[in-house]
Amino acid sequence: MNNNNVIEAQDLTKMFGDFTAVNAISFEVKKGEIFGFLGANGAGKTTAMKMLIGISKPTAGKAKVAGFDVYKQAEDIKKNIGYMSQKFALYDDLTVKENITFFGGIYGLSRKRIKEKSKLLIKELGLEEVENQLVGSLPLGWKQKLSFSVSLLHDPKIVFLDEPTGGVDPITRRQFWEMIYKAASEGTTVFVTTHYMDEAEYCDRVSIMVNGKIEALDTPKNLKQQFNVANMNDVFLKLARG
Amino acid sequence: MKRFIGFIKKEFYHIFRDRRSLFILFGMPIAQIMLFGFAITNEINNVDIAVLDHSKDATTKEIINKISASKYFSINQFIDRESDIETIFKKGKVKAVLNFEEGFSKKLIKDHKATIQIITDATDPNTANTISNYVNAILQQYQKGLNNDITIAYQIVPQTRMVYNPELKSVYMFVPGVMTIILMLVSAMMTSISITREKELGTMEILLVSPIKPIQVIVGKVFPYIFLSIVNAIVIVVLSIFIFKMPVQGSLFLLGLESVLFIITSLALGILISTISATQQTAMMISLMGLMLPVILLSGFIFPISSMPLPLQIISNIIPAKWFIIIIKGIMLKGVGLQYLWKETLILVGMTIFFIGLSVKKYKIRLE
Ligand SMILES: Nc1ncnc2c1ncn2[C@@H]1O[C@H](COP(=O)(O)OP(=O)(O)OP(=O)(O)O)[C@@H](O)[C@H]1O
Ligand SMILES: [Mg+2]
Repeated sequence: MNNNNVIEAQDLTKMFGDFTAVNAISFEVKKGEIFGFLGANGAGKTTAMKMLIGISKPTAGKAKVAGFDVYKQAEDIKKNIGYMSQKFALYDDLTVKENITFFGGIYGLSRKRIKEKSKLLIKELGLEEVENQLVGSLPLGWKQKLSFSVSLLHDPKIVFLDEPTGGVDPITRRQFWEMIYKAASEGTTVFVTTHYMDEAEYCDRVSIMVNGKIEALDTPKNLKQQFNVANMNDVFLKLARG
Repeated sequence: MKRFIGFIKKEFYHIFRDRRSLFILFGMPIAQIMLFGFAITNEINNVDIAVLDHSKDATTKEIINKISASKYFSINQFIDRESDIETIFKKGKVKAVLNFEEGFSKKLIKDHKATIQIITDATDPNTANTISNYVNAILQQYQKGLNNDITIAYQIVPQTRMVYNPELKSVYMFVPGVMTIILMLVSAMMTSISITREKELGTMEILLVSPIKPIQVIVGKVFPYIFLSIVNAIVIVVLSIFIFKMPVQGSLFLLGLESVLFIITSLALGILISTISATQQTAMMISLMGLMLPVILLSGFIFPISSMPLPLQIISNIIPAKWFIIIIKGIMLKGVGLQYLWKETLILVGMTIFFIGLSVKKYKIRLE
């Protein structure tokens, strides 16, 4: 494995019965990179991500995450990654603080560290006023940002974000991307799926998945050049039309 | 360990912040027990008793006076024939008949032994039982008084006969059933719902991606319910002792151990249900249809197993609740120990191991 690569996938495949959800995809993600994983609904983004984070066994192919094999070393992978799922997944019936404490706890952070982290995080997100409110009562945008911060609690090497900005307003999306940049600048590798094409422009490199296959993979700039279009949305449209 | 404690704390937040689970956990057991408690009262007061005195001698007179002097009974009818007993019960006012055998006093002096029959109307089995207990107590007192001055003990032998409901199908029989249902409900239904809830919300995925092990997740999720079920079992036993004056003849310790065993059986079932259901709704339906109905219908709780058609009798054997009911009836009502109940206990242990094994296997498959 190239020392600079934190994710390597080779012919990674997942089948559900006869249906091939992910069809022999190969790619690498470099350390500190923001890697955009694009594709329409049902393209296979979530399925591919689940294989990488060790909760779904690949049907075929190879993959290494943070230097560990997805087949044999899923437990080691788990210690090195953060994950924000497509479904909002904090506990609605726990307060902001309780959620942070709980997730800090299951990642094995010390009590002292959890206290420090939660103070810092609540301050950064501007949640001081609502820290003792149930998360269920917060607006979606706040929840998403909190969820992202929670996935970074244990300072993972790589963070996997599955459509983190789904359903939130453009301003919040903007703020969210600022958080992603900040994490990346601190050395965290970001693997993010989205189907907002404007967000693709913020990524260092993007891959575009169509029906389980990766059809294009490069920097946004190169892709636009290659397809001779002005923005990523047009790149995508050209690919999707085949 | 620290992770585990944090996990359990979170489970308790879920439970205590959810009205529905609070109700199922605490409202239901208390409501059920209270329902029984109020439907059946134990206090007896001035109960009408009739006397059939075949000897009419000094001793029987004395006993009759003693009984009618107590505030519990009033003796206001004397009958002459055995055949009057039924007529008098049918009128419904008299709840018990005392039947003194012929030559009561003479026999007591000569043989040091005389018999009195206490016939009770057991349509209300609880009252019937209380009456015979109270009469027995009065007789015993009287006998003690007699024996104070005499070296060879006199013995008055009370024979209790319940008419109309000789099996004493009563609240005593229902307490084991209610306890079984509640333990099953809390353990199986609540755990299966709480596990599927995490699946439905997507938090289960987050837990599985974290370094916490799946087995820790499951144990962490069931642990609070083990604790709460034990609390429930204690509440039920205490309430039945105090409200129903339910006798617990056997060892409370054994009762506790067997209850914990049954709780674990139910938890294993709950985990199994959660592995096959994707939503809370499904988990609830499977728990109700697959667990509660068989418990109510086939465990012998309401319908005696011996009077079921043969196929149902055979099916009833695979219902854990059936064995648990036999065990707690044995301990509570008959006062028997493990030497009589080892077979049932082993069956429960076997079932538990089977369910745990099956759910571990299912759970693994689900992760693939
Ligand atoms: N457990 C499963 N069993 C069978 N089919 C599945 C399963 N999970 C996903 N699929 C199918 O695989 C395909 C890819 O799904 P996936 O969720 O990976 O898409 P996606 O790119 O994440 O889409 P979206 O943008 O909607 O999240 C879909 O057609 C989906 O129906
Ligand atoms: Mg998806």
